Amino acid sequence: MKIRIANGRVVDPAHQSDSVRDVFIAEGKIAALGDAPAGFTPDRTLEARGLIVAPGLIDLAARLREPGFEYRATLESEMEAAMAGGVTSVAIPPDTDPALDEPGLVEMLCYRAEKLNRAHIYPIGALTIGLKGERLSEMAELLEAGCFAFSQANEPIVDTLVLMRAMQYAATFGFRVWLQPIAPFLTRGGFAHSGEVASRLGLPGIPVAAETVAIFTYLQLAKVTGVKLHVTRLSSAEGLSLIEQARARYGIDVTCDVSINHLHLCDADIGYFDTHCHLIPPLRAQSDRDALSAALADGRIDALCSDHTPVDDDHKLKPFSESEPGATGLELLLPLTLKWAEDKKLPLTTALARVTSDAAKLAGITRAGHLAPGARADVCVFDPDARSCVSRESLKSQGKNTPFLGQTLPGVVRYTLVEGRLMFER
Amino acid sequence: MRNPQLNKNGELQHLLTLDGLPRDVIVSILDHAAPFTEVAEREVKKLPLLRGKSIFNLFFENSTRTRTTFEIAAKRLSADVVNLNVSTSSTAKGESLLDTIDNLCAMHADMFVVRHAASGAPVLIAKHLQAAGRDHIHVVNAGDGRHAHPTQGLLDMYTIRHYKHDFTQLTVAIVGDVLHSRVARSQIAALNTLGVPELRVIAPKTLLPAEIEKLGIRVFHDMSEGLKDVDVVMMLRLQNERMSGALLPTPQEYYKVWGLTEEKLALAKSDAIVMHPGPMNRGVEIDSAVADGSQAVILPQVTFGIAVRMAVMSMLAGQ
Amino acid sequence: MPQLPDAETLCRQLAEQIRPCLKPNTVLIGIRTGGEWLARRLHALLGIEEPPGAIDISFYRDDYGAKGLHASPQRTHIPFSIEEAPVILVDDVLYTGRTTRAALNEIFDFGRPASVELAVLVDRGGRELPVAARYCAHILPEPLPASQNLQLEETEDGNLTLRLIDA
Repeated sequence: MKIRIANGRVVDPAHQSDSVRDVFIAEGKIAALGDAPAGFTPDRTLEARGLIVAPGLIDLAARLREPGFEYRATLESEMEAAMAGGVTSVAIPPDTDPALDEPGLVEMLCYRAEKLNRAHIYPIGALTIGLKGERLSEMAELLEAGCFAFSQANEPIVDTLVLMRAMQYAATFGFRVWLQPIAPFLTRGGFAHSGEVASRLGLPGIPVAAETVAIFTYLQLAKVTGVKLHVTRLSSAEGLSLIEQARARYGIDVTCDVSINHLHLCDADIGYFDTHCHLIPPLRAQSDRDALSAALADGRIDALCSDHTPVDDDHKLKPFSESEPGATGLELLLPLTLKWAEDKKLPLTTALARVTSDAAKLAGITRAGHLAPGARADVCVFDPDARSCVSRESLKSQGKNTPFLGQTLPGVVRYTLVEGRLMFER
Repeated sequence: MRNPQLNKNGELQHLLTLDGLPRDVIVSILDHAAPFTEVAEREVKKLPLLRGKSIFNLFFENSTRTRTTFEIAAKRLSADVVNLNVSTSSTAKGESLLDTIDNLCAMHADMFVVRHAASGAPVLIAKHLQAAGRDHIHVVNAGDGRHAHPTQGLLDMYTIRHYKHDFTQLTVAIVGDVLHSRVARSQIAALNTLGVPELRVIAPKTLLPAEIEKLGIRVFHDMSEGLKDVDVVMMLRLQNERMSGALLPTPQEYYKVWGLTEEKLALAKSDAIVMHPGPMNRGVEIDSAVADGSQAVILPQVTFGIAVRMAVMSMLAGQ
Repeated sequence: MPQLPDAETLCRQLAEQIRPCLKPNTVLIGIRTGGEWLARRLHALLGIEEPPGAIDISFYRDDYGAKGLHASPQRTHIPFSIEEAPVILVDDVLYTGRTTRAALNEIFDFGRPASVELAVLVDRGGRELPVAARYCAHILPEPLPASQNLQLEETEDGNLTLRLIDA
């Protein structure tokens, strides 16, 4: 199938290019930009006048809920959501049930995803067996099965000796370790950022120190072990500054990301106990959000992800502290990237880089996340001027849980192509 | 987002918290409570206001005292009262909170009085009723987690007004475990709304929530500084489990530093009143000599509590 | 618009109606607020020993379900035992009879009086319940339309006057 995407404004952050050109796709790859290759006759032409043609989005954290949580979401439903959101590659955290700690599980997941033929998946292996923080998982085997990094998802390793050894072992092979900064004892029993809002609502708090103590520990151990550390879902300005210091003073190779929720929201959005704002890490102060937003803009934070976590209604329709944390996000990654660009008046190449080329770099993806000839033809074509309201009906994801319900956001995906196949159009 | 305790016309639909409740609403509840105090002195201690209404006391957390005061208030209003200790019934069988509510709605409940261990549970119920279009059912928060205990806060305001009349001339100190206290949060909200110019809390740092000063109070750690020249001393209950959470060393040390004794009370104004939401831990947060002394208004608080709850219930159900 | 009689004159006439029927232990209970003023006045004119009681019938109204609680209910204050007492219930204007019904219910929550009689200044007609006043100083020749309120007011110098206002 040969496809021509005609007259679109091609924004390719990896190559800092932003101009109206045609894109030619053949054999699942980008064949050419601008002029058609000799003898190219498209089977289909997608008219993209007034639309933006960008690399398919790469989401660094999307829980597709398989295996183990099929009542919350299935691979089928979430792949539909990815396509509707223009997301063509997803990194999958290991907190499935059972956790992604066995090569067989990872192979099965990859096989299932491949059969569905939607977004490419990039599983993140469990760093320890069952994410229990006791025994190391078979990292080399897991890598072979398809994992590109190792993580504990939201289950911190309590025993710092185990953590150091896990890092050492990963560093032996040069594997990346992705860690959520959670100091377990300081987090225990807390549900919201320790601050005025939590104090007013009587919600047990999680202090910023729960993040900074963990980051400090991770950084010290990364320095000792030489592991490639990626800190996931930053929530605080303090945490960010620790990472900056580690880079500047000690030359530690550490990357980090932030979620769409923490980029746009703060603890005040909890309002009257809105359980959609029950998240890990907790939404912090407005000053934290502003610091994260500025750091993402200038690249101190490397990437933006959805931290997609579908939760069924029954587990959200509970008192805040008894509700299940997490928010759906695959379909909101693009709109919220665009809203952020609007709010901060950022060029599209910069904003989209955080969900395409920069994310690709962190996930070690070279064949996608950009639109150079020869790249995998994962493409997202969207209307930057159209706006749509986030509603339960509009979301394809089985999870309808998002703090953004009812908000009108910019950007509507018109076409999503995966390896040159048109998988979604609207 | 609409304040879940107000209806479309901005009137009180539920009583969930005193935080954000307009001053005139609070004053109106206190005004309404006054005539109800007289009912207890009658031959027949009953008014026909809520005749034929079904009130469910939904206690997901045990509290005989609070449940009893609500029960008496509802019965004096002639309502049919059903007590449900949910902690020992359906939720133990795995039924969700909202399923329990739906079931009771099907039994034609008119009002829920809810006590729950989780902050915000009554708010959830109110939002659920609103979403289901059940605007004729009212929710009264009888204490949720650390969030709010609005009727306690109101009866405290009634008591202060009864003895001190003008809130705008007062120095008030709240003493003790503010961190875990829904009572303290409701008191702080109401006292600020009613214009108390100097509101203090006195507690160790382990028993204060983050950024508490942003709630409009002055923080003291020392009793002799904090009690100086106050008009009203509001004691909080200290629960024994605070010792195990590494929040405090021992009840003895707590009593020594923060327990209210006659000696410490002497630092307050000579006509200062002493309040306590009960049940008291004598010898832990308060000395018996103070609890039984002439400045204590702890038992009047209980009496006023019935009238305040009658006022709240009849104001809600009459809308 | 009918000519409204002078309330002070009516008050004296009402006292004279009651006087021959007074028993040694008769007590007065006025319905707030017009009836309360009237009861105080009758108390003085008749030289009754017990000070009059005052009741606020807000908690006994039959329209609570539809209209809710009255904006500012006041205390009911009955400073004597009504057990076995001959009670004269005093109100300014008798209309539907619903206020009287509510007041009777409330009185009985204080005990069992020997008897209850009703004394009113004006009967404006429009009864909806089987209620009649034993003592009545003035009956309007034509019932007032529902759109009008007849009420007793106390002027600054303490005089009573009747006023007709559009509801």
